[in-house]
Amino acid sequence: MDLTILIISLAKIAVVLTVLFTCVAYVVWLERKVAGRIQNRWGPHRTGPFGLLQPAADFLKALFKEDFTPAQVQRPIYFLAPFLAMTLALMSIAVIPFGENVTIAGRTIFFEITDLNIGLLYIFAVTSLGVYGIALAGWSSGSKYSLMGGLRSSAQMISYELGLGFAVVGVLILSGTLSLRGIVNAQSGFWFGIIPKWYIWPQFVGFLVYLTAAFAETNRTPFDLPEAEGELVGGFHTEYSSLKFAMFFTAEYTNMITVACLATLLFFGGWMAPLPWAWVQHVPALVLLGMAALMTRTALRTYRLERRKSYFAVPGLAGIVGLIGLAFLHPVFAAVAAPMFWFASKVFVFLFLYIWVRWSVPRFRYDQLMHLGWKVLLPVAAANILITGLVVAL
Amino acid sequence: MPGNYIPILVFLVLAFAFPVVALSLAALVRPSAQSGERLTPYECGIQPVSDSRGRYTVRFYIIAMLFVIFDVETVFLYPWAVQYKALKVFGLVEMLVFLAILLVGYVWLYKKGALEWV
Repeated sequence: MDLTILIISLAKIAVVLTVLFTCVAYVVWLERKVAGRIQNRWGPHRTGPFGLLQPAADFLKALFKEDFTPAQVQRPIYFLAPFLAMTLALMSIAVIPFGENVTIAGRTIFFEITDLNIGLLYIFAVTSLGVYGIALAGWSSGSKYSLMGGLRSSAQMISYELGLGFAVVGVLILSGTLSLRGIVNAQSGFWFGIIPKWYIWPQFVGFLVYLTAAFAETNRTPFDLPEAEGELVGGFHTEYSSLKFAMFFTAEYTNMITVACLATLLFFGGWMAPLPWAWVQHVPALVLLGMAALMTRTALRTYRLERRKSYFAVPGLAGIVGLIGLAFLHPVFAAVAAPMFWFASKVFVFLFLYIWVRWSVPRFRYDQLMHLGWKVLLPVAAANILITGLVVAL
Repeated sequence: MPGNYIPILVFLVLAFAFPVVALSLAALVRPSAQSGERLTPYECGIQPVSDSRGRYTVRFYIIAMLFVIFDVETVFLYPWAVQYKALKVFGLVEMLVFLAILLVGYVWLYKKGALEWV
């Protein structure tokens, strides 16, 4: 019995890690592509069709680069820091449920690595530990830029962690559980048969605080002061190169995916469809088929401009997407995959928002950042708890 | 219930093993020529001046202390929030008292200027 659990969880972890690394790789690609378009340029487009092989090229580059260790570093800590950052970032994904549990032929499939009854607490615990990776990296590097970056980053992360922690208390009052699956299930149903009972409506203020704090927690613009390149070179990872740098990079994007997943689960009903299931049951198929058509069209058009044969690979990809779309027409497949489709779509919207904001909004000044965290977010979140408490009690 | 934590342990091992494998792999193929001037800390090409681990502003310490206080308060709020619907008015009053104490401390900090950065 124990062995089966172990094997099943190993398989799940393998799948989740593969999907996660692919997501991280292609979020980076998407970021560069969107950044390019926002700045009126192409973004990566040399490696493979539309630069789709860029993540692989980046990984190989990191692998073959010299792993440089400056003389003045505190060695054990310097080596430990990227491991801490990356491992802890990955750990938090372990309790994220990404689909509704389904029972097929008497066997229930659980769509998460493990369901803890304190899932949310676990995530906060693990992500809080993540600050060690950054603080230690900054301190052990023995460079002034690293130290400043590490200090700023730690102060910023712990300040906004309060806002983040306070913001979700409202959700906890409403749902009465710390289990992420429980929180999503508490958001099922519709008001007037059309407005989904997601916590975004009663907890709108909480959501705004959460979103702002999440930007700061992941060190993303407008709160990217830890690596404000104009003043701090690379911030806490100035002295890190090759794969160790790649590990910090992976950690940052993994954290981004985690907070996007968490926003989806806590405020946007997780895998629930935005309208009653019956109304939107064909939407996944339509969206995926539309995507396939769009991919094919764009690839053929670009081929006519550039005459590079690699573009013929894209219709092949489109074919796979289209086949998945067709599979959604089968009721059993739809029952399993439709919740995942909705979950993935919502997470994608959040990730896109992150990228969009990063390339549109200028950076805060450090005193403004602290002011926002301690004097705006914290009181607003506390007031939100108070009002939610009053409304629920009365 | 403790059984639910086994996958997390497995996950921890795998998540730690992956970068170890990648780094060992990289050690086989990457070049290494670490010597001389290259080993100095990066300071935009200028000779490093003074110790890199110098003194820094006390505000970072203040922020860290405040964080500990408020974070513990957050942790106290969680079980209360989860049980809130069962506690009803008792829970509300308890929370009001708790938040009031928090507020007094917060106002004091505000007045003292502990939250000012400049």
